[in-house]
Amino acid sequence: MIRFGQVYKRYPGGHEALQDVSFDIAKGEMVYLTGHSGAGKSTLLKLVAAIERPTSGSVLINGQNIRSIKREAIPALRRNIGLIFQDHKLLFDRNAFDNVMLPLQISGFDHREAAKRVRAALDKVGLLTREKANPIALSGGEQQRLCIARAIVTRPDILLADEPTGNLDAEYSSEILNIFKSFHQVGVTLLISTHDQSVLQRFPVRALHLDHGMLQQGSTT
Amino acid sequence: MKMLREHLHVLQTTLSRLWFTPGASLLNMAIIGIALSLPVGAYVLLKSVQQLASTVADAPQISAFLDAGKRDVELAALKSKLEGNARIARVEFISRDAALQQLQQSTGVSDMIGDLPHNPLPDTFIIYPKATDTEAMEALSQELQSWKQFDHVQLDSAWIKKLDALLNLGRLATAILATTLSLALIAITFNTIRLQILTRRDEIEVTKLIGADDSFIRRPFLYFGLLQGLTGGIVAWLIVSASLWLLNGSLAELTRLYASDFQLHPLSLSDTLALFVFSGYLGWLGAWFSVSQHLWQIEPR
Repeated sequence: MIRFGQVYKRYPGGHEALQDVSFDIAKGEMVYLTGHSGAGKSTLLKLVAAIERPTSGSVLINGQNIRSIKREAIPALRRNIGLIFQDHKLLFDRNAFDNVMLPLQISGFDHREAAKRVRAALDKVGLLTREKANPIALSGGEQQRLCIARAIVTRPDILLADEPTGNLDAEYSSEILNIFKSFHQVGVTLLISTHDQSVLQRFPVRALHLDHGMLQQGSTT
Repeated sequence: MKMLREHLHVLQTTLSRLWFTPGASLLNMAIIGIALSLPVGAYVLLKSVQQLASTVADAPQISAFLDAGKRDVELAALKSKLEGNARIARVEFISRDAALQQLQQSTGVSDMIGDLPHNPLPDTFIIYPKATDTEAMEALSQELQSWKQFDHVQLDSAWIKKLDALLNLGRLATAILATTLSLALIAITFNTIRLQILTRRDEIEVTKLIGADDSFIRRPFLYFGLLQGLTGGIVAWLIVSASLWLLNGSLAELTRLYASDFQLHPLSLSDTLALFVFSGYLGWLGAWFSVSQHLWQIEPR
């Protein structure tokens, strides 16, 4: 599903964010991405979502190479990837319901069908009672869950999460981990970047460990 | 069906955005409306004057006035002499009494005329020449002027020609005005949309990350431009219609004194529709320029 082959990413100015990174994530697999801050975790996730392109090497997502993907093909690729951001990237000019509705509007869903899906997604993350609330009125944990609801509402094949439990206390982060586990069970491919050791211990799956832009060998929990 | 639904949805959100942030939008619409009302008003004025001119100017004609003091002219002989001229198609005689009567009937100056000791008007021949181009008519009127029976010969088509030239000038000026103000409309919309794109930068970034393509992102801005232009057109229509109503009220009094039923005609249905389509299109165009200029600069990082 996700295949990196000798990927290098060099930013203008000469900073080598990723060096010779190769790995393979099978369909339906759940993988952690670990490493110190600045190790290249965010860069790696950006390559998967075609927010950045590799300097060299190949990034294959569902058979499509990000290095050579046409600009016009990127929206369709992203519609199949659910993105969960550390800073949530919610829109504060609309309520929780409309935030989750946005991806379905982009895909052109029938309104009634879309509303059903939005409620199902909100229910899944435990925010069904807060659908009318503005995201600004939600707690950090609730905002993170709302971001997850928005990412899953289109039922994408791939979920990418960038430090989803970064700013949350243990109770919230275990809630969120449970949500991820349930997606893993229904066959969604997950790539979750984290530096939270407790997460790795509570639900151990394969982990890719980055160190100064290089993948450490044998980094499986 | 899917497309229609998306478009309806965008229309709805754009309308609600207009509704909830009325300050800046209203100001813009007023500016566009005022800008458009100038050429539209000029157009209405020209059209009315043109209609007046076309009712007055039938066939080109020459009026030849006899000396009002002389009474010894053989009218019948003069008439047959005129009719015998190869360059004249038709001759019409208006006696001085008939002319006075006509004047008394047609204007509100009958009291003044009644006070006159004698009829000051001359006998007149209205002459319709065969060749109606300027040169031939000039030549004919000069020839008639040399006849000793005529006191004064007047080329009646001359002022129509002057009016025509004036109208052409007016049309050109209106076209220039319309072009410049249309460009202004595009520029206003361009700037409005630019500001909107800048203030909604985060939203655009997020929708791009979620997988929106360019047309999805462009659509609300294009609708906004279209609606702003269209509303500006409606404002212009209101301004022009209200001005015409006011002007016609005072014009009626004035024209009654001149025994004319001249009035400014309101915009016809097709002109109104053309105005709305044109203003909407210009708004859309300004938005389109703005979006294609600015949207590609916003890429998620």
